[in-house]
Amino acid sequence: MNVQKPVTVPAVAADFDHKDRDRSARLTSVYVYEAPVRLWHWTNALAITTLAITGYFIGSPLPTMPGEASANFLMGYIRFAHFTAAYIFAIGFVFRIYWAFVGNHHARQLFLPAVWKGAWWKEILTEVRWYLFLEKRPKKYIGHNPLAQIAMFIFITIGSIFMIVTGFALYGEGEQAGSWISELFGWVIPIAGQSMDVHTLHHLGMWFILTFVIIHIYVAIREDIMSRQSIVSTMISGHRTFKDDDPE
Amino acid sequence: MLPMETFYDVMRRQGVTRRSFLKFCSLTATALSLGPSYMSTIAHAMETKPRTPVLWLHGLECTCCSESFIRSAHPLVKDVVLSMISLDYDDTLMAAAGHQAEAALEDTIERYKDRYILAVEGNPPLNEDGMFCIIGGKPFVDQLRHAAEHAKAIISWGSCASHGCVQAARPNPTRATPVHQVITDKPIIKVPGCPPIAEVMTGVITYMLTFDRIPELDRTGRPKMFYSQRIHDKCYRRPHFDAGQFVEAFDDEGARRGYCLYKMGCKGPTTYNACSTVRWNEGTSFPIQAGHGCIGCSEEGFWDKGSWYARLADIHQFGVEANADKIGGTVATGVGGAIAVHAAISALKRAQMKNGNGGISDSAHKDKEFV
Repeated sequence: MNVQKPVTVPAVAADFDHKDRDRSARLTSVYVYEAPVRLWHWTNALAITTLAITGYFIGSPLPTMPGEASANFLMGYIRFAHFTAAYIFAIGFVFRIYWAFVGNHHARQLFLPAVWKGAWWKEILTEVRWYLFLEKRPKKYIGHNPLAQIAMFIFITIGSIFMIVTGFALYGEGEQAGSWISELFGWVIPIAGQSMDVHTLHHLGMWFILTFVIIHIYVAIREDIMSRQSIVSTMISGHRTFKDDDPE
Repeated sequence: MLPMETFYDVMRRQGVTRRSFLKFCSLTATALSLGPSYMSTIAHAMETKPRTPVLWLHGLECTCCSESFIRSAHPLVKDVVLSMISLDYDDTLMAAAGHQAEAALEDTIERYKDRYILAVEGNPPLNEDGMFCIIGGKPFVDQLRHAAEHAKAIISWGSCASHGCVQAARPNPTRATPVHQVITDKPIIKVPGCPPIAEVMTGVITYMLTFDRIPELDRTGRPKMFYSQRIHDKCYRRPHFDAGQFVEAFDDEGARRGYCLYKMGCKGPTTYNACSTVRWNEGTSFPIQAGHGCIGCSEEGFWDKGSWYARLADIHQFGVEANADKIGGTVATGVGGAIAVHAAISALKRAQMKNGNGGISDSAHKDKEFV
């Protein structure tokens, strides 16, 4: 009988030298962002982009369309896209809160900055120093660093709540008094003053979040290059990989 | 005590025929969006109920509410309405003057304790102990407090009484204050507008007399039947808004074609009022129909929420004229610029590090080939 010998396939590529072999054996990754968190992140990014563009054109509409009114529905479509993206954004946010309860402990970072911990504040200082080029070597993080965490909390957690509440208050005006949206969010309008004030606040909210987006993208890319761990790919694969295996 | 006249008695006395009376009742039922059966309810109420006395006070105001009120659409209605409410005191309209007028006020407060309606046009200025508005030798705020004490309900006529209006606009030197912030223990019906629509004013009063209760109010105290929808919701130019067809300048082709005035700063989308349904001057027209955007006169602080000719509201908090886009755009540009500088420094530092001049720890060198 001819028994075939099992072929042992090397687990590493052929062009690995002994140094590569050592490093890849030592360096590993941590699973940080679970699939629902990643899915939410990218859905949210898409929703925010849509909301910002359509929202801008609701405030400053495109040039006038020629022809019969009945033959055009441009403003209607822009508003439809805005409201649809808003629902996706809002439902996604509610889902994200749910995931903070059932997901891993990294999923809670967005909602719970550890403000009661002294070490957390110290690390914010370290991070600020790192961004002011005063720190020579950054710290290793598995989840968000405290500075990123506080930024996410202020801009995304608070910012999203603000935009959802003011946005639905405005949407409730169109849905009219008595609708569940107006019942649930209509109280915002008299608090702000009148409808125009809510419009202005909602509009400023867009710039608030856009400012964050600019910083977020820059910092994510910069950290991906200059920090000691992966950043951008982590939000795609969920794995945080490290560039060195120093314990400190 | 004098015998109480019913509304019907008064009307007949003034020569209104039964036929005209019934016409008025059906017109009122229609104006209030009530069913046909309510016509007889209104007629019955007017035939049997004693006239409710109304005290109409004038504070810091321009009398545009009164001007609007006396132009209530149907020619006959004007007389009827003025008779209807037994207007016992209105220093602008009443024949009496001076001490006689003030005596009439006291008399009604005394005789109809807790049964009269207090209508307030204008508002009290509170600075300098209220010295910016003197009625009968005393600050208006005193007269208001005195008359409000035994009122059944208060109607805040117009934006002055409801929100403060022009005299409360920045910087509000007299500290003109809307009625509901001075009188806090009475039901207050706000009928904002500068002025409110005549039929809205008479409609509110008729409702209160007919049903002997205040109309259903929204969150901010306005009658839902007239203030639950925005001008925009019932605007006849709305199809042009949805189509994206706008007036870009007051003399352009769009203006001639009657396109939407949104880009010209029309406040229709943020203004709750009945202009686009009830309209003005016997339903003849309203500002948007005349080719000018709504200025939002029935909204809180509309003088300070301008410009009336720009879509985005002015923001004054930063000391310069700005709007949300100018502020947001400036911040975003600033942040973008800072990022560009930061990125450049980062790249420079990194280049230094790679060349070994950075004095970075060993790991930096170790990682060089991997990063």
